This record gives sequence, structure tokens and C-alpha cells, in this order.
Amino acid sequence: MTRLGSWIGKHLMLTLGILVLLYMYIPNFIVALMSFNDSSESRNLYQFQSFTWDNWLNPCEPQGMCESLRVSISIGLLSTLVATIIGTLAAFALVRHRFEGRSTMNLVLFLPMATPEIVMGSSLLALFVAAGFGGQLGFWTVLIAHIMFCISFVVVTVRSRLAGLDSNLEKAASDLYANEWQTFWRITFPLVFPGILAAALLSFSLSFDDFIITNLNSGTTVTFPMFVWGAAQRGVPMQVNVIGTLMFLLALGIVIGGELLSRRRAHGKASAL
Amino acid sequence: MSLADQARGDLKLTGLHKRYPNGFVAVESLDLVIPQGSFFALLGPSGCGKTTTLRMVAGLEEATKGTIHIGDEDITYAKPYKRPVNTVFQNYALFPHLTIAENVAFGPKRRGAKDPASQVKEILALTELTEQAGKKPAQLSGGQQQRVALARAIINRPDVLLLDEPLGALDLKLRRAMQVELKRIQEEVGLTFVHVTHDQEEAMTMADTVAVMNKGRIEQMGAPYDLYTNPQTTFVANFLGRSNLIKGTVVGREGTGDDAVVKVDMHGTIATIKASKVHTDSDHGWVGIRPEKVLIQPAGEALDAPGAALSGAVVVDASYIGVSTDYTLRMPWGQEITCFEQNTGRRGGLIPVGTKVDVSWRPEFAFLLDSAQDVEAGLEED
Repeated sequence: MTRLGSWIGKHLMLTLGILVLLYMYIPNFIVALMSFNDSSESRNLYQFQSFTWDNWLNPCEPQGMCESLRVSISIGLLSTLVATIIGTLAAFALVRHRFEGRSTMNLVLFLPMATPEIVMGSSLLALFVAAGFGGQLGFWTVLIAHIMFCISFVVVTVRSRLAGLDSNLEKAASDLYANEWQTFWRITFPLVFPGILAAALLSFSLSFDDFIITNLNSGTTVTFPMFVWGAAQRGVPMQVNVIGTLMFLLALGIVIGGELLSRRRAHGKASAL
Repeated sequence: MSLADQARGDLKLTGLHKRYPNGFVAVESLDLVIPQGSFFALLGPSGCGKTTTLRMVAGLEEATKGTIHIGDEDITYAKPYKRPVNTVFQNYALFPHLTIAENVAFGPKRRGAKDPASQVKEILALTELTEQAGKKPAQLSGGQQQRVALARAIINRPDVLLLDEPLGALDLKLRRAMQVELKRIQEEVGLTFVHVTHDQEEAMTMADTVAVMNKGRIEQMGAPYDLYTNPQTTFVANFLGRSNLIKGTVVGREGTGDDAVVKVDMHGTIATIKASKVHTDSDHGWVGIRPEKVLIQPAGEALDAPGAALSGAVVVDASYIGVSTDYTLRMPWGQEITCFEQNTGRRGGLIPVGTKVDVSWRPEFAFLLDSAQDVEAGLEED
């Protein structure tokens, strides 16, 4: 009994850890598994029937799916680009400068994150309609909405990185003959870059993922989440699982790549000069 | 390798004044000439304006009034990266994403040096960092990081090297070792070093000239020996080492020239003080004497000093430190004074607490300060 007790004591943390990981990743395994499901013979789409490569070989078979994916990726990339630039500049302003309305600015930037999406989505719709864009809802209105909520997340992420940066480093650079431009590109930017990158990845996945705000402001444009939602009424095509698996692998690749890069940097493999 | 040949001259601060927007005056019209090639220390408690002075020279703070010259060149308002001045920062401020060699090469590369790699190699050898060239700052010990900060600055052969509490983050033993090291490097490269510190021992060990700063002004400036043996203010007497300050009244002035002395009545005993160590014109003053100059002997035994003897003191505390014993004595008028006695073995033990003792000192060691000054100035900060 005591032996069993000590065995559990020793392995409890590990067991719990594995259970939590399983809990988190089982959905991803199911998605990957279902991407090889041959559903043509069956009416029950949510049960694994038999193995096939068909879904992977013809990912764009379901009508409109790849078109919606293209829309989502374009909106995701564009909103990431714009939000990251604006958000990074705002974070620098908030951390480095003391100006009138700075604390108000902090609050205003935080609000979009705290506001329920359904509220933000409907008020944006009201705004677009009131401004006379009611007839032109679509790609551009969705893009504007996404940039808006992504900016808050970028500011928060970059700001925390920047706040942890020793301002003496920049002073040291200018003391060592680097002008403002060189100081920024050689010292500040490389040190803040991990924060900017994290912010960009976060922006993209927030934008790619968004359904509620998008659905309210998209007019006739269909994004990937909207396509899945619509398809789910009839039965999700197995190709959705292919896209899901690809997205998961892409995210995994980015995370592993980043980890490897930072490990290599930490070991100081760089040559002498 | 002497780098001094190309240096442009003395660092000259004229009427330098710094007032912050919130009204705080950090530096009050400072006039200072730091000779080329010297090791100069700005010593003072935190908030005395020493770091602000340094930052104005570096260009990291802008002077409100006054000028800064190196030789004939006015650099008061020059951008930091255009000054022939480099700084060793308090917490080193090494670039964490660059290797040691890249950190050191940063300055030469910005200035477009022809062969930064060989310069880096030379300076890393001088600072004994060759082995660490490919590492990142975080992988180095505190002492090594300190040397990187130094190497990164001196590789540029600045006219003036500013050191802002450079040893503050090191432990005591390493600090002592680095003091010797810094002094060696300074002598080897022959650059002007301006060292800011609140550690009086550090300032005295390394610097040729020490300026003691207090509340934005220089209280006194001179060679460590002169400052210590002949302080001009109570602040310097207390901040630089320790002092016993005893209230006295001037009763006479005798002699002329080098023999001139002032006679002071301290609670009934007449003390003689050399005129060159008298820093007051009034009739009242503080008679100052360093604790290690105070000789004590149990009452009645002969004292080995030609000066005036004060009797009636009682030992109230004796702490044995090994090399010396630190006695606290209560004088008949109630004041407590300190006395350090070297443990030469002559006495064969400590003088027990409660013993009545006589106290004396050689007249040439005493100094007289202005009674208007705060007797406790410079104490609390140390």
C-alpha cells in the first residue's frame, strides 16, 4: 500500500501532466484522423468509416471552401500587417513618452479586448450602416474590423516586451557612436522583435479565427469560419479537417522553429565577429 | 600602448548647472578642470549630483547652464554619439543579443574603423576576455561583464572615459581586485578616467584627485591624502572616513608662516592646531581628529604623545576587529568619541569597558572646522 502510495506520489505529476496534454490535444488528433475519413458511403459524417487519401488529394472539392480560405488568409495577413505596425508604434509611444492623455489611451486600447464580440460586432455594423457603407459590407469592412481588434492585442504584447527593455541599452548605443537610426535598428528592434513577432502571430490567428464580428460585417463575403459554420448545418465536408490539420501543423512548425532558433542563439554559436 | 598622444586635452566644466523640470537642482554651477590622463573621482552620497554631472559630460542629460569643453572643443550641446567620450554604465548595459566580441566591436564599427577585428582582439587580451569572445553577456560572471563594459568603452580611445559606479554590482572581494585592475588599465592606456562613486575607499584607492560632492556642489577637491588629513568641512570630515568633532573656542593665535598655530579651548583643555588646518575665521569651531590618531591609555599611565591630554574619559564599548580594536569613549562632558587602536600586542589584551582612560593625539593631526556647519553632515549617508 505504501509502495503504491509512493509510486503514485512519484508519478502523479507526470500522469496529471499527460492527462492535461491529452485533454488539450485530443481534438487535434481527431481532426487529423477525420481528414483521412472516406465519408462518401455513409450518411453519418462524424464517424470514421474507412481510410482514404482523397480528402488530401482534392482539398478544394467542396464548393466555395478554398475561396473562403483565400479570403480568410488575405484578411488575416493584411490585418496582421497593419495592426502590427500601428500597434507597435503605439506601444513605443506609450512606453517611451509621457504625453497628455497617456493613461486614457491605455484604457481605450484595453477596452476592445474586454468588450464582448457580439457587442463590438453589432456596434460596428451600426457604424458602417450609419456611415453609408451598408451596401458595401464585405472584404474591406471585415478588414477594418479585424485591424481594430488586433491593434489592442499587439499593443499589449509589444508594450510588455518594451517595458522590460533596459533603456540604458539605447543610451549605451548612442554613447558608442550609434545615431538614433542605428540605435533603433541594431539595438531596440532586435530586442523587441520577439514581442513583435508574437504579436503578429497572435493577430493572424485572432483574425483567421474570428466569426462573430466577421459574420455581422461581411455582407456577402464568406470567410473560412463562416464557411465551416454554414457547412455544419448540412454536414462538414472532410476537407475541412484537412485544412484544420494543415493549420495545426503550420502553427506547430512555427513554434518549434522559434524554439530551435532561440536555443541556438542562447548557446552563443555565433562566430567571434 | 599609450593612447594619450592623440587626446585633445583637459576636460573643463565651467559654471555647469542642471535643474530638472520639477525644480530640483541636481548640480549647482560647477567649475572643474580634470587634467588629461588623470584618474579623477567624483565622490558623494546618492543624490549629490555626481551621476548627473557625468551624464551631462556623456551627453545623456542636457545642461541648463554652463559649458563643457574637452581641450578647446565645446561639447556642451553635442549629441552623445558625436562626443569623444565613452561611458561604463552602472549595470554595464551590455547588449544582450550580441556576443562579447560584437559588443566590444560596436563602437569601432559605428565609427567605420578600418580593422575592428584586430582592435577587438587586442582589447580583449588587455582585459583578459579572449576566451569569452563568442559568448553572450548572460553567460559571463559579474566581474567578466564588468570588464566587457570597460573593454567596449576603451576600445574607442575616448578623450575621457566616464565610469558610473562601475564596481557597485560586484561583491567586496571582487571589487577590491577590480580596483587594482582598473587602475592598471588606466595607467596602461593613459586615458582620462572620471570615476563616479559613493564608496570613499574606492575613490581614495584609485584616484589621483578626488572631488567630494554634496548637494550639487564640490565641497573639497584634492589628492586623497590631503583630503583625508586636512578636511575643510564637517561633511568631508565625516563622509571621507570618520572623525571625532569636539566643540572648541579659539583662545589665541601664535607664530607665523609654517609654524603658525591656533590654540583652542576644548571643554577646559587647550589644543594646538596648525594654521594650515584651520578652516574657520570665527572664534568657535569643531576640533577634528581621526579615530586612528587618538591614543588612549588607562588613567595615570604615561601617554606617548606631546599633545594635550584629555582626562576623565571612560571606555563604554570595545569591539575587537582583529587588526585593530574599536573603542567608544565617553568624555567628561558627555560626548562619545571613537578611537581605533592597532593591535600591535604592546598592550597584551583589551582595555575593559568601564576603565577610566586618558586620551591624546599629536597636534599636527588635528584640524579645526567652522562651528556653523552641521556636525553630523555626511554621516547618515555613509
